[in-house]
Amino acid sequence: MRLAQILPGTVVGLILFFLAFPIVVVAIASFSSATYLTFPPPAFGLRWYEAYFSNPDWLKPTWVSIWVASAVVVLATFLGTLAALGIARLPRGLRIFAAGLILSPLIVPGIVVAIGIYYAYSRYGLVGTPIAMVLAHTCLAVPFVVTSVTASLSGIDPRLEQAALSLGATPGATFFQVTLPLIQPGVLVGALFAFITSFDELIVALFISGTGAVTLPRRMWDDLRFQIDPTIAAVSTLTIVLTAALMGAAHLLRKRAEQNRMATSSAAP
Amino acid sequence: MSEVVQPASLALAVSRPKTAPFDWRRAVPLLLAAPLLIYMLVFYALPVVAMLLRSVNDPTWTLANYATLFDDVVFQKTFWITLNTSVIVTLGCLILGYPVAMGLVRSKTMAPFILVIILLPFWTSVLVRSYAWMVLLGRHGLVNEALMALGMIDRPIRILNTTLATQIAMIHILLPYMILPIANALRQIDPSLIRAASGLGSTPFMTFRQVILPLSMSGVAAGTLLTFVLALGFYITPAMVGGPRDITLSMLIAQQVDQLNWAYAATLSAILLATALAILAVARKLPGVGNAFRTSMR
Repeated sequence: MRLAQILPGTVVGLILFFLAFPIVVVAIASFSSATYLTFPPPAFGLRWYEAYFSNPDWLKPTWVSIWVASAVVVLATFLGTLAALGIARLPRGLRIFAAGLILSPLIVPGIVVAIGIYYAYSRYGLVGTPIAMVLAHTCLAVPFVVTSVTASLSGIDPRLEQAALSLGATPGATFFQVTLPLIQPGVLVGALFAFITSFDELIVALFISGTGAVTLPRRMWDDLRFQIDPTIAAVSTLTIVLTAALMGAAHLLRKRAEQNRMATSSAAP
Repeated sequence: MSEVVQPASLALAVSRPKTAPFDWRRAVPLLLAAPLLIYMLVFYALPVVAMLLRSVNDPTWTLANYATLFDDVVFQKTFWITLNTSVIVTLGCLILGYPVAMGLVRSKTMAPFILVIILLPFWTSVLVRSYAWMVLLGRHGLVNEALMALGMIDRPIRILNTTLATQIAMIHILLPYMILPIANALRQIDPSLIRAASGLGSTPFMTFRQVILPLSMSGVAAGTLLTFVLALGFYITPAMVGGPRDITLSMLIAQQVDQLNWAYAATLSAILLATALAILAVARKLPGVGNAFRTSMR
């Protein structure tokens, strides 16, 4: 009887340990003072963070990644939000085609997307340019923007827009003063997802970043081919913290938007 | 009459022949969606299609590239390894994922804590998680050190760069994709059904077997299919932690591109894509799965 009470909790605890432990080990190893990667570290220090922040071979790819991801955010959020506003009102056949096209990067295996893009972009001399990275990453980031904005659009009470229109607001004013503020959290969540998608992306980068647009994941991959340098532990920890912060923000935003939506829909039965 | 055009009447209006004078508002949805659709066609869909076409038009229109796969030992071995790995990883995720999903849904106090532990690795990139397993499974990694300290082995054993390493790391990476759809399905079970079962004298195990498990099957199916489809396309993890002979289909494709063997790479890509799409087509037909799928993709 007592075993039956303790066992489920223990099993779940062990599986959660399996999930969290590898990440924790990387974080701890990054603070090692040793010259090679070893665990547990003999003593703690910041030498691998210093190594990262003082090495242009690491800093340059970091800036490329930030630049590319920021441009992707602008492009994907703009195109994705516009499309999300239109898709729900397209005729059925066209709507299914549009949704299929826009969401397919979530399903099509990464390698197929990557070599397809490499195949076409190399013919136009785009390989090895940051522009190519932005163009390609935007395609991968757009599904997250469209799903996020669509979700927040579907939560809007249509009577709010109808009220604005019937009270004499122009369609433009209705959009900017009613619809846009209501979907703003969804747009923001989509933008955060777009940033992370680009910032973490590796497979496409392997094929089209060339030597001219080496991103941070690409630099880490190249380094790992030769050695397990503890600098990578430091870089990994920094990216874990960055993505966790952004995704955590997105998660909280979405939860708050959901609560707001429930509050408004229950207030107006 | 209402100023607002409803979606249903709009669909009708578009399909009707143009007898009425053109109303520009009808075109608004298409104008909004068009920039993205054109963008996706130009920078993503057409490139992929053009690449795939190399499998049938190189050098002339032919299906020879597909016909030769029947005698292609390398392809068959790779395809088998990819399927085998995906099945093992999916089963591993199912066995480990179901209890966690139960814990997430049933525990009131621990739920936020459990969710953070599931989401933290979920949000970490595949590259970083694969690297974490390189650190753990290496010759002087923590797992070898621990096994030696426990006296189970005398000297470090080879775990990194084996099939086992690929399977462990892939289970770790894909586990959240299994947990979240199952937890979604479990959350939708009416708690009064569980109370009723135990009120009628059912033991917790019987309640699980006869009430909870059958009602969670849509989530199990969605999680299983999603995990399996994602596992089929894995490239980075097997390349980093896998054994020298564990070539997955994705790795073979990348190799062929490196050798500029586009016709063969395109043929393999078409096979990989068709397999993934076929599984998803089946998934959509299963009752309840389509829905669970959509929620978990967000």
